[in-house]
Amino acid sequence: MPRQLPSSAHPFRLPTGGRIDRSRTLTFRFDGVAYTGHPGDTLASALLACGVRQVATSIKLGRARGVFGVGSEEPNALVRIEAPYAEAMVTATTVELCEGLVAFGLPGRGRLPDGPDPARYDAVYAHCDVLVVGAGPAGLAAALAAARTGARVVLADENGELGGSLLGRGAADDWGARARDELAGFPQTRVLRRTTVFGYYDDNYLLALERRTAHLGAAAPAHVSRERVWRIRAGRVVLATGAHERPIAFADNDRPGVMLASAARAYVHRFGVAPGRRAVVFTACDSGYPAALDLAAAGTEVAAIVDARPQAGLWAQRARDAGLPVRAGHAVTGTSGDPCLTSVAVRELRDGEPTGPVAVVDADTLLVSGGWNPTVHLFSQAGGTLRHDPARVAFVPRECRQAVEVVGSAAGAFTLAECVADGARAGARAANREATEADLGHVLAPPPDPDDIGGGAPPVPLWLVPGPDEPRTHFVDLQRDVTVADLRRATGAGLSGVEHLKRYTTAGTAHDQGRTSGVLTTGVAAHLLGVEVSALGTTTYRPPYTPVPFAALAGRDRGALHDPVRVTALHDQHLARDAVFENVGQWKRPWYYPLAGEDMAAAVARECRAAREGVAFMDASTLGKIDVQGADAGVFLDRLYTNMISTLKPGRIRYGVMCRADGMVLDDGTVLRTADDRFLVTTTTGNAAAVLDWMEEWLQTEWPQLRVHCASVTEQWATVALVGPRSRDVLSALAPQLPSSSDDFPFMAWRDTRVAGVAARVCRISFSGELAYEINVPPWYAPHVWEAIARAGAPYGITPYGTETMHVLRAEKGYPVVGQDTDGTVTPQDLGLGWAVSAKKRDFVGKRSHARADTARPDRKQLVALLPDDRHTLLPEGGQVVADAPLPAPPVPMLGHITSSYRSTALGRTFALALVRGGRERVGQRIYVPVGSVLVPVTVAEPVLYDPEGARRDG
Amino acid sequence: MLLIPCPWCGPRDEAEFTYGGQAHVPYPRDPAALTDEEWARYLFFRDNPKGPHAERWCHTISCRRWFNVVRDTATNEVLAAYRIGEAGPVIS
Amino acid sequence: MSAGTRPPGADLPEHPDHLWREPDPKRSYDVVIVGGGGHGLATAHYLARAHGITNVAVLERGWLAGGNMARNTTIIRSNYLWDESAAVYEFALKLWEGLEAELDYPLLFSQRGVLNLAHSLQDVRDSVRRVEANRLGGIDAEWLDADGVREVCPIVDISPAARYPVLGGTYQPRAGIAKHDHVAWALARSADAAGVDLIQGCEVTGIDVRGGRVTGVRTTRGSIAAGRVALCAAGHTSVLAAMAGFELPLQSHPLQALVSELLEPVHPTVVMSNAVHVYVSQAHKGELVMGAGIDAYTAYTQRGAFHVVERQMAAALELFPVFARAHVLRTWGGIVDVTPDASPIVGRSPVAGLYLNCGWGTGGFKATPGAGAILAHTVAHDEPHPLARPFSLDRFTTGALVDEHGAAAVAH
Repeated sequence: MPRQLPSSAHPFRLPTGGRIDRSRTLTFRFDGVAYTGHPGDTLASALLACGVRQVATSIKLGRARGVFGVGSEEPNALVRIEAPYAEAMVTATTVELCEGLVAFGLPGRGRLPDGPDPARYDAVYAHCDVLVVGAGPAGLAAALAAARTGARVVLADENGELGGSLLGRGAADDWGARARDELAGFPQTRVLRRTTVFGYYDDNYLLALERRTAHLGAAAPAHVSRERVWRIRAGRVVLATGAHERPIAFADNDRPGVMLASAARAYVHRFGVAPGRRAVVFTACDSGYPAALDLAAAGTEVAAIVDARPQAGLWAQRARDAGLPVRAGHAVTGTSGDPCLTSVAVRELRDGEPTGPVAVVDADTLLVSGGWNPTVHLFSQAGGTLRHDPARVAFVPRECRQAVEVVGSAAGAFTLAECVADGARAGARAANREATEADLGHVLAPPPDPDDIGGGAPPVPLWLVPGPDEPRTHFVDLQRDVTVADLRRATGAGLSGVEHLKRYTTAGTAHDQGRTSGVLTTGVAAHLLGVEVSALGTTTYRPPYTPVPFAALAGRDRGALHDPVRVTALHDQHLARDAVFENVGQWKRPWYYPLAGEDMAAAVARECRAAREGVAFMDASTLGKIDVQGADAGVFLDRLYTNMISTLKPGRIRYGVMCRADGMVLDDGTVLRTADDRFLVTTTTGNAAAVLDWMEEWLQTEWPQLRVHCASVTEQWATVALVGPRSRDVLSALAPQLPSSSDDFPFMAWRDTRVAGVAARVCRISFSGELAYEINVPPWYAPHVWEAIARAGAPYGITPYGTETMHVLRAEKGYPVVGQDTDGTVTPQDLGLGWAVSAKKRDFVGKRSHARADTARPDRKQLVALLPDDRHTLLPEGGQVVADAPLPAPPVPMLGHITSSYRSTALGRTFALALVRGGRERVGQRIYVPVGSVLVPVTVAEPVLYDPEGARRDG
Repeated sequence: MLLIPCPWCGPRDEAEFTYGGQAHVPYPRDPAALTDEEWARYLFFRDNPKGPHAERWCHTISCRRWFNVVRDTATNEVLAAYRIGEAGPVIS
Repeated sequence: MSAGTRPPGADLPEHPDHLWREPDPKRSYDVVIVGGGGHGLATAHYLARAHGITNVAVLERGWLAGGNMARNTTIIRSNYLWDESAAVYEFALKLWEGLEAELDYPLLFSQRGVLNLAHSLQDVRDSVRRVEANRLGGIDAEWLDADGVREVCPIVDISPAARYPVLGGTYQPRAGIAKHDHVAWALARSADAAGVDLIQGCEVTGIDVRGGRVTGVRTTRGSIAAGRVALCAAGHTSVLAAMAGFELPLQSHPLQALVSELLEPVHPTVVMSNAVHVYVSQAHKGELVMGAGIDAYTAYTQRGAFHVVERQMAAALELFPVFARAHVLRTWGGIVDVTPDASPIVGRSPVAGLYLNCGWGTGGFKATPGAGAILAHTVAHDEPHPLARPFSLDRFTTGALVDEHGAAAVAH
């Protein structure tokens, strides 16, 4: 049962400050408990305001963990969200609070939501002259400087508000506000908030994720995409991605209450939240001091500033002046609490070793600043190389092949003035302009920086504070529970490279991808190995910068939009006749047309009978059609087809086979000669695009001198196959001008005529062995012609048939189907199509390969028919063929496999086509097909089982 | 996503193109005259350098033209693009 | 799947306290293996274990097992179409089944089964063909209809309304996954313990050939003489062959893969779909591991293009709607060396004493112990292992290809 806190219970909310809207209250629940917060809060800031210290437990050791950071670098505060939207695993620091939010802390492992995801997702392309990533002071200055030149600028920032570290910082914030306002006035500038640039690819192609509705909670409009992927091609890129503060490895450095110093500051300034009542600050650079001063100003008691540096410099003086105790040359050596922090152990640090007495300081908060890691992830993704800058104790960008510049703290600049000047110059440069004072105006004049006190002390590299015991609670990677002891074990096992250390310990592999732990891991490992940090380097930064939802990347390409559905002009006719459809490539083709109460077998038997005994018709529109024109068209087709095409007479049709250069069958189909310089080529349905591409490739890259042009006309013609002994009767009624005798309109000829009053091209070709016609008409007339055929055929019992019947009919005639009876390893000769392979032509594509040793072998797998001894046994397509019964022990030698298998009404039995080793030599032999535990005896036969004399094609 | 400079259309996203393997591998003038070894070289052997590589691309979903590109396979940098029949750059 | 009261992730076994030495290269070895990935390390292991050859160096230009071995999706199966391929991969699978014991190392070899889905009638024919061939070949294989698919993997969407509905799938129960780093490190530790020198940061810059016979290699760490040299360099094999003066029918392509964040167990097996181009498993810690097809162009960049990943995600959600709010945590690319028939080249090269092991394309990980054992045999006897004979270089001349991707032709 949720426990209810008093609604006013924000014990850590400061009375003033922060960029939150205190006039409105939001209610939310965390781990079953109801809390409140304000618009502008993140889940993390709201929890801190409410005094929730422990947010999760750790993955391996089950230790209590609290909020550690303030943004996407957060390693601890992983949560699952149940309402008003579902999330498997996100960081509480990046969840904008909304009314009714329901979240649960996670022990390092997410839980996928059960139900379907109702949200929409989409993607947008953007092109710009300058992309600026990050809208802190450097990024704002860069964007402004570029925008003022008139350049097309995109500025992307992962937060809901532009400003970065300036947010909530008084005068500095005002400067940011002026920059934001001015940017809004440039029509060529696009500002993307809540947008994380997560990938940097070749040729300045970057990807960003915009979170568009989550912050609106239940009020999110359903028609707006929840998340949008931006695909950005940028002329130049300015990376103003900032820096992440680095933790330090000391005993029990993971307790709730331990937090990055910069994060604590942000909670004060941006959210009006005090991280605790009494704080100790542990720092190895100047950054701990302004954090301490800010906290003190906000009312948190600062019990001690523990500075690892013996000479703390100006900042220490300023802190002492403000009454804050500073212990220079000291280190935090441990923490206590159950589990949340209650005290901190402090000792003097001499040559990296704690020494002297332990001072225990009561505190509920420990701020840590081990220095800064420039956020160089995107720069590295771009192919940029890094160097280690010992003065800044940081890996900074070195060089990159791409048009990119890194500015501000991402480049190692850590004062506001530096960042702004750096950014402004880079922005102007990126827009191809050298910046002048006049151009840049107030951009070059940043506000007074309270952190810039005119001189500081250099940072020191402090990775590890040893002791008091084995370093089993000195965490380097909080999320993976990786400790210094783990790293020591890895180096002890003989590992000396960061990639191996990472894999041995799993450091850096968690949700945060080592954002805060990566360089610390390197530092500790270097310390353990006794080498320079620069020699060890970092692991490779890979996309994405932050985790990206699968659904966002899938975008709109789901369901019906996953792949286009192609339907023919006759689709409505098929629907009206209750067709069952088959996917053939992208096409929907009628598979069979069941009548009420019929199963597939019954429907197909009926359709077959109609085609063999009366008349039947099918939609053949999906066959590929290519118009090949030009003076050299005949020469061209002779080179691509295995048989002779150029000798074909206008008005006639020839069947042809194409091979790949390796001699294997690529495709087959009919070729119509429509004029001396023009052919209409048909292809299989699935290969239509591939064959056109094939023709274009040869024409453009090998034979550009040939005067030939190709165009796809697949969708310019609808095609109806009219099949069966009564087909001539049906067609005569619809096309009275068409000669009906085979003498005047012979097999393998075509004529232009009118069918049902529509201009049509009629071909006398047959894929069934029956008298048959293919009627081609413009697609918009196709429904009319189809229905006219149906009406004219009604007296003969005309029957529509689908692909299954087509397959039965063609298989009875031994006609192979490319892609079903072939698999890319089959030659025309293997299929028994040697008659279609010209011996006369000097060459055609594939010819040379037919002469190779293996390709010319007489015992290759050849297409034959198989007749089961039992006339009712239907062999499984894909079944294997073996020579002997009973089966020997595995591996059993196999002769080949069944490519097609059907029940034949015409033959009164089942039959199959198979590719069988030395098959033609085996005709008449008994071989076997294992089906389950049974060996089915079959007899090998010539592949043409029905009307082998071809007596039926003229009716 | 490479940015490929189609000599006919200008720079376009890689997704608009089809890769066609090594350029300048002409179909043999007389395949019948080749030994099996020579024919196998034509069929199956293509350069696979780590570095500049002359290769064919087709702008499939736009102008449908084939053309040649020199690309560094170690960096994906496109060094040149030229039409079929034009001389390519000299790669040292 | 255990509900488990222990914190998730606590169950990954730890690596041992000692892995390998870091020796400097000697002036000369009996055998030099170029490439310290899975295949190179396995070859070293079996040279020592099966043939007693231990004066061996494995030369690795980067860090051990940092190439494709660190970048693959760890799928292990043997249900290939052609007898020759199935024999090699089944030989490897049998070795996998004894490998944890052989190497005394937790490899997280998990025989959770692999499903290959069929989405069209032709897919069904091809699937049944493969299942029937596998069964006769002595390989465990089953054809499952759509309901059978859902029984094995309840989160697969088998709705007939899908754009390309799942019509069924082949299932190999003995197939599965293993943890790649553990596998590589176990082999490395074994080879190191047998006296093999594992030399990292050592790039081969030349191959010395005298009188048609290899005599050694030149490296960034000096010249090393060797009577026999075995190439186990995957995507970089063409570069090495050029140093030895011959060419190979290989093309090196980027192959991308990715992982999600750690998630509670939802996916009990491995699912592959060639039709919608995705394969996915859920690894031991809980991350979804996914791969797709190769990038179209050749490259040595170890990175691919992102639209390939976007398309892969769309395909994944078609099959697994439940993955919608999983997140891509990390993407990467390997360099796979692909042959014209998508089968490997294993055996002698045109240079005496120089042995080839390449062209494994996208299938190298699952072959790891098998490839190592076969190559070790070939090197030890200067004679191709019987299982390697169909995979000789001269098949491209005779036309006797082992065409594993020709079998994926689609038409009607």
